[in-house]
Amino acid sequence: MKVRVKSHWPPGHIRTPAYLRGKIGHIERRIGLFNNPEESAYRQAGPQRELVRVRFHMAEIWGARAERGEDVIEAEIYAHWLEPV
Amino acid sequence: MPHDHHDHSHEGLSPSGHPYRADNDTGLSYWQVMEIALRELLIEKGHLTAAQIHAQINAMDSRSPANGARVVARAWVDLEFKAALLDNAGEASRTMGFDIGPMHLIALENTNEVHNVVVCTLCSCYPRNLLGLPPDWYKSRAYRSRTVIEPRKVLLEFGLSLPEQMQVRVHDSTADMRYIVIPAQPEDSFGLSEEALATWVTRDSMIGVGLPLAPQ
Repeated sequence: MKVRVKSHWPPGHIRTPAYLRGKIGHIERRIGLFNNPEESAYRQAGPQRELVRVRFHMAEIWGARAERGEDVIEAEIYAHWLEPV
Repeated sequence: MPHDHHDHSHEGLSPSGHPYRADNDTGLSYWQVMEIALRELLIEKGHLTAAQIHAQINAMDSRSPANGARVVARAWVDLEFKAALLDNAGEASRTMGFDIGPMHLIALENTNEVHNVVVCTLCSCYPRNLLGLPPDWYKSRAYRSRTVIEPRKVLLEFGLSLPEQMQVRVHDSTADMRYIVIPAQPEDSFGLSEEALATWVTRDSMIGVGLPLAPQ
């Protein structure tokens, strides 16, 4: 499944790396429900969030600067940061 | 001739002519003061004892890459275990008797087509509960930023040259998972016992910046 990482820039404890925001990848696997660090970092008790591993091609992230476009990066992204493409 | 003229001062140098490391006489940082205050409060209020805290420090210090090496060696000789490891590396490590606490672990298998390498761009997430503390370079800005931008160049600097057609997969430990690479078993090691194989598995090969090596 194809997804895009939201291009949001809120303040706070965010574990969505800046270099992946706005980028499109494929879901590699779904891992399960975890506490949301954006809330738990401030002792806020919110709902757990689904954590998803997303695979991105280097060409999508770095464009023509990519060392080898077919290589990939995989990262864990909380589902509320993902939107369908 | 070095070390052979006695007319200059060796003051401040060791007998072999090297400088002594300076004593750490600097003041405590804000966070060091915070840690001491919190620790003393927990002890004074009876939540923990100093012995319990020290036992935890010792438990972490006793974890080493040798634990991960045993897991990898088992995966090399036991296909059923390897399947379990790829399905849930944390549970599989626990079945071998390793106390890894609540850590969620994912195993990444290197093949002829794929090479995996692990980084944490946000901080220094590392499978400490299995492999012990990470090497210093793992926490450096250079490793953390360059590995996602130019992994092949970084791996070359570690002495690892990958074929162009092999895919590099960089795993950024951004959240709750920790990662261990299962390196491909070297042909020279085929047929060895599980115990002997564990001595081939290096820390760097489980991070993905090196390959297994014949023990020296």
